[in-house]
Amino acid sequence: MDVVLFLVFAAIAVVCAISVVVQTHPIFSALSLIGVMGSLAVLYLMLGAEFIAAAQVIVYAGAIMVLFVFVIMLLNAGSEPPRGRSLVAQVLGFPLLVALLGALAYGVGRVLPESPAVVFGGFRGGGPREIGLALFTDYLLPFEIISVLVLIAILGAVVLARKELP
Amino acid sequence: MTGVPLAWYLILSALLFSLGAAGFLFRRNIITMFMSVELMLNAVNLSFVAFSYQLKQVNGHIFTFFVMVVAAAEAAVGLAIILTVFRNRATLNVDDISSLKN
Repeated sequence: MDVVLFLVFAAIAVVCAISVVVQTHPIFSALSLIGVMGSLAVLYLMLGAEFIAAAQVIVYAGAIMVLFVFVIMLLNAGSEPPRGRSLVAQVLGFPLLVALLGALAYGVGRVLPESPAVVFGGFRGGGPREIGLALFTDYLLPFEIISVLVLIAILGAVVLARKELP
Repeated sequence: MTGVPLAWYLILSALLFSLGAAGFLFRRNIITMFMSVELMLNAVNLSFVAFSYQLKQVNGHIFTFFVMVVAAAEAAVGLAIILTVFRNRATLNVDDISSLKN
C-alpha cells in the first residue's frame, strides 16, 4: 500500500515537474507546479510530517502560487517563442539525461546501500506540538531572525512595486 | 508490512532538483525561471523531510519550515522586481534584459 501510494504520487510529481519545464505558457507551468506541490504534500504526510504537509498546501500551493498566478495575469505574459535547438543537443540530449539519472540513482543507492524502509506511521514526531516545541526552544533565535527577514521582504516588495509618482 | 526504501525518496528529490535546474537553464521567460527555482527548493525540502524520518528527529522539519518562509519572502521580492522590470522594459525575456553585460 505504501509503495503504491508512493509510486502514484511520485509519478504525478515527476510528470508535473516535466510539464513545468516544457510548457511554453507560464500559466500552465504555474498550474503544473501546484500539482508538484500537492503531491509532495501527500509524500510529506507519508513521512509523518503532518505540520509540514499542511504548511506546504497553505503556504506554497496557497500563498506563493497565488502570487505567481496573479503576477502572470497582471503582466499578461504570453507564451515563449520556441527556440531552435542545436543538432548536438537534439542528438545527445536524451542519452545524456538518461546517463545523468542513472549516475544519480547509482550514487544514492551506493551511499545508502541498505536503507530502512519508510513505513507510514513509523515516525510520529512531526505534529504541530513537536514543531512548536523545537521552534520556540532550540530554534528561537533563527525564528526571530527570520521574522525580521520577512518584515524586510514585505517592505522591499512594497517599495519596489509602488507606482512612481510623477 | 512492506515500506518504501528511503533511497526512493532521495532519488525522487534528485529528479525534481535536476528538472528545476534544467528549467532554470533552458527557459527564457523570467517567471518560468523563477518557478524552476521554487521547484528546486521543493526538491530539497523533500530530502530534508526524508532524512528527518530516517533520523527520527524533528530538526529537518524545522529547516523545511525555514526554507518555506524564505521562499515566500523571495517570491514577494522577486515578483516585485519582475513587475518593475516589466514596467521599465516591457519584456519578460531574460535575453532582452542584459544591460549589465555591456
